[in-house]
Amino acid sequence: MIVRIDSLTFRYPNGTTALDGVSFSVEAGERVAILGANGAGKSTLARHLVGIERPASGTIEIDGRRTDGLGIAELARTVGFVFQNPDDQLHAASVVKEVGFGPRNLRFPPARRTELVESALRRTGLTELRDTHPHHLSLGERKRVALASVLAMDTPVVVLDEPTTGQDHASVVLLGNLVDDLATDGRTVLAITHDMDFCAEHFDRVIVLENGGISWDGPVAHWLAQVADMAGQTLELPQMTRLGRRLGWAGPVSTVAGFLERLASEADPAPVPSTAP
Amino acid sequence: MIEVKGFSFTYPTGSRPALSDVDFEVEPRELCAVVGGGGAGKSTLAGVVSGTVPHLTGGTAQGTVRVNGRDLDDTPLSGLVGEVGLVMQNPFNQISGARFSVREEIAFGLENLGVPRDEMAARVDLVLDDLGLTGVRDRSPYELSGGQQQLLAIGSVLVMRPTVMVLDEPTSQLDAAGNALVFEALGTLKEQGVTVLLIEHRMERLAHAADRVLVLDRGAIVAKGTPGEVLADERLEEWGVAPLRYTVAARRAAGRGLWPARKPLPVTLDAAAAGFGETVDHLDRGDWR
Repeated sequence: MIVRIDSLTFRYPNGTTALDGVSFSVEAGERVAILGANGAGKSTLARHLVGIERPASGTIEIDGRRTDGLGIAELARTVGFVFQNPDDQLHAASVVKEVGFGPRNLRFPPARRTELVESALRRTGLTELRDTHPHHLSLGERKRVALASVLAMDTPVVVLDEPTTGQDHASVVLLGNLVDDLATDGRTVLAITHDMDFCAEHFDRVIVLENGGISWDGPVAHWLAQVADMAGQTLELPQMTRLGRRLGWAGPVSTVAGFLERLASEADPAPVPSTAP
Repeated sequence: MIEVKGFSFTYPTGSRPALSDVDFEVEPRELCAVVGGGGAGKSTLAGVVSGTVPHLTGGTAQGTVRVNGRDLDDTPLSGLVGEVGLVMQNPFNQISGARFSVREEIAFGLENLGVPRDEMAARVDLVLDDLGLTGVRDRSPYELSGGQQQLLAIGSVLVMRPTVMVLDEPTSQLDAAGNALVFEALGTLKEQGVTVLLIEHRMERLAHAADRVLVLDRGAIVAKGTPGEVLADERLEEWGVAPLRYTVAARRAAGRGLWPARKPLPVTLDAAAAGFGETVDHLDRGDWR
């Protein structure tokens, strides 16, 4: 499913321009991280994708159809949005009811509904908490409920706003695997994130917003290679990228695996040391 | 000064203790970090030290918690205002809703304490400047981005100049610039003699800023020590805490003989660069032992 955004501009009622002529398109199965400083317009962009905000000018097309012509129900079938603050979207009395709300409203047949709900609970590690009231869960768990309720709607496009914040290590690992699986299934994932290690390990492409416009758009590795110096001010580069730069390596590394591969290749020309301690 | 001794706590509806037999102290000028997985009891601990648990939550508690020498058991919450500051995990919960601008929101606590107008204005402006919020001082708190709201929540506590500060994941939504401002502000607080207890998921910041790290796992303290000792512990993942990539890379490299044998595993960029720099130099010279 192709998402195409053309010259999108948005102003808040007080006149502040939040988005200024933003254009890009995303293919099915792509994993795109949206980066930028606080207040750069990232959440505003995400809110347009799902139709919470309507553009002042410019268009959003999903699968060849302009979203301003689509009703809310139609849009809800197409784009799932996981809010930064889960309390903006949770309302049911148990986890399983919350996750079942979307598929029921989208009128999936009961068998399909059960399948979607169970799969979403499993993928977010919530199966055991199914009967708990969301208000009795930790922030990290509530964030996973919000994610599960969007996954259960089986939308071809999934938009995540800061998915890793407030999540512990196990949940971040789970989230990363989930992003990879969604892309493998041919679904399109867009995520707003400040977590550059997460970005380097699970995304193909980055779009950087700056003052409401796109300042960079391209593969993660290119971005790290070309603009890392400037971006270091507002974005914390992946740990392995910074380590590689400190060692004076040309070209970026961004993951532990990439770093070790590079280190091994440095070791290769010399006779392989037998140094197991 | 925070002193927690043999403290256990169970929520009114809890089936198991949220904290069990917790023992630690944090001195003035010390930043103690608390890490752990989801449900480990970190936020409960923040509530305990700031007096909201069990005063507002109910539940059963054993053991003692003393803040600046006062036993919290016999101290009403009102007695802690201005002395203990709590920055909550979700800034949306902290904004009063009673004020229309960022500046007024930060002044709110001081107004309630009856601080003179001139002093109030000066203190508010200082905090706005420290946290980079001067440009949005006249905006509504609800028009701010998530990260800016988080800075605002921190500012509204900082301005009270508490002697003990408890922060529950204060930087989760902040960009690198916002993060740096918060940690700079925490450093200044320490120098001024403030006792800081910080719950934080961002291990790299902790490795630099914390004097000591406590690991909580299912309500119990399972490790305490310097960041270098605790964050390089190989059980860190079992405790639900993300190891730094520097540590993971060095541990794996060590397994292949590519990390200097006598060096401890690194928890900072500097230490990782020094260790791997040595490996690379030796490889270049071909004299890797």
